[in-house]
Amino acid sequence: MFGHVQSHATIPLHRRDVFFVAALAAMGGSYLVLIVAMIAAQLGYTDYPLLLEILGDERLVYAIQLSLVSCSVSTILSVLVAVPLAYLLCRVRFPGKGFVNAVLDIPIILPPLVIGLALLMLFQTPAGRFVQQYVSVTYAIPGLVLAQFTVACAFSVRTMMTAFSEIDVRREQVALTLGCSRSEAFSWVVLPEARRGMVAAATIAWARAMGEFGPVLVFAGTTRMKTEVLPTAVFLELNVGNLRTATALSLYMIVFSVLVLLLMRLALRKSRSHD
Amino acid sequence: MIEFRGIRLQLGRFALGELSFTVPGGAYGVLMGTSGSGKTTLLEILCGLRRPDSGRVLLMGEDRTDAPPSQRRIGYVPQDGALFTHFDVFGNLGFALRVRGARKTEIRDRVDEMAESLGVGHLLGRRVNFLSGGEKQRVALGRALLADPDILCLDEPLAALDETTHGRMVDLLRRVHRDTGKTFLHVTHRLAEAKALGDCIVRLQGGRLADEGER
Repeated sequence: MFGHVQSHATIPLHRRDVFFVAALAAMGGSYLVLIVAMIAAQLGYTDYPLLLEILGDERLVYAIQLSLVSCSVSTILSVLVAVPLAYLLCRVRFPGKGFVNAVLDIPIILPPLVIGLALLMLFQTPAGRFVQQYVSVTYAIPGLVLAQFTVACAFSVRTMMTAFSEIDVRREQVALTLGCSRSEAFSWVVLPEARRGMVAAATIAWARAMGEFGPVLVFAGTTRMKTEVLPTAVFLELNVGNLRTATALSLYMIVFSVLVLLLMRLALRKSRSHD
Repeated sequence: MIEFRGIRLQLGRFALGELSFTVPGGAYGVLMGTSGSGKTTLLEILCGLRRPDSGRVLLMGEDRTDAPPSQRRIGYVPQDGALFTHFDVFGNLGFALRVRGARKTEIRDRVDEMAESLGVGHLLGRRVNFLSGGEKQRVALGRALLADPDILCLDEPLAALDETTHGRMVDLLRRVHRDTGKTFLHVTHRLAEAKALGDCIVRLQGGRLADEGER
């Protein structure tokens, strides 16, 4: 996702390579055209006055606010869990590491609906019911956050693993010989050097949480003024044939996602200027 | 003084044989060998970054085989310097002093003094990514020395330097060794470098001791 911010070595283009590069551009460019065409179609279909009208609809404003807040909470939780987990997997040898790695892929490869269903089943177990005596999770806001977190965190872990593996282990070893304990080397050397990876992990978590639909629908439901978020609001509008409102709400999701992406890229640029 | 007693380590197909040798206190020891002979692995064992399967490591006469790297009083300078990219040159040099909780004025004074003696005084505010190979090595050397180690381990510190810089660094290492009187262990694969610097030279081959001698 953040490959575009890194500099890549390039090779000068010769005349005889033009057809090869043109073929690559044609194949890759078709995907670019698809993305631009999708966004253009969406923008073309959007009823712009409706964007403002939505802001007067208490229910839809609630869905927007809940989306922003729950995505932010899920993102913070994801990064908080992903950083230590990814560090352990990258830098500490322990039995069952391969198994842990495989388990972490489950939220990525499982169909989203299955994740929602599995969460629902988990809270039907004695342990789940025990938790629910104190905190209402299913079909409530904590359930919404948990559903978003479950998927988003797996992507954050993978991003952080890439970030940690790109940090030369020698730097951490040098820190140890300079008097640091393992935890001091982690907080004084590894974390600051992994800051770009943390920004990338947060962006990916936010984007995943914002787009999460299946697990949210199954586990948290889509109760108006309670657990309704933007993706489920779009779904509800489509269900009643209100394509105009669904499109306008989708545009809000695009705007929020682009804004977060821009903010994160800005943060990355700022951190790079310090290097 | 550095003393290896019967060090053994199996790493997949590679094995460090039963290695025993001593670098006398205050000497400039050179560990020689071709790529894959086990030089860096042995250095990692010395620094506490890797645990041997068997054998003991004695530092200044004390058994430190099980001591963590932070308690061995060893300065470590890896091949590329492994400078901390989130700090400038000043931050790198003063790192060990900050870890020990030294006061800002003490850090400033000692970093200034070290930077001047190593010829990097004009680079203190520079980000480390903008340093040349020789400058990086000087900063890495200064960073290790400011931790006030008993022993300094240098892992191929001159390998990536051009001829002119290489010569200057050899002179610098000689001077630092003479001035500090610390025990040095310098890893290299170049015979000329070993002869130019070493008081005693140990040669490794395929994880075993090929020969050992004093100049």
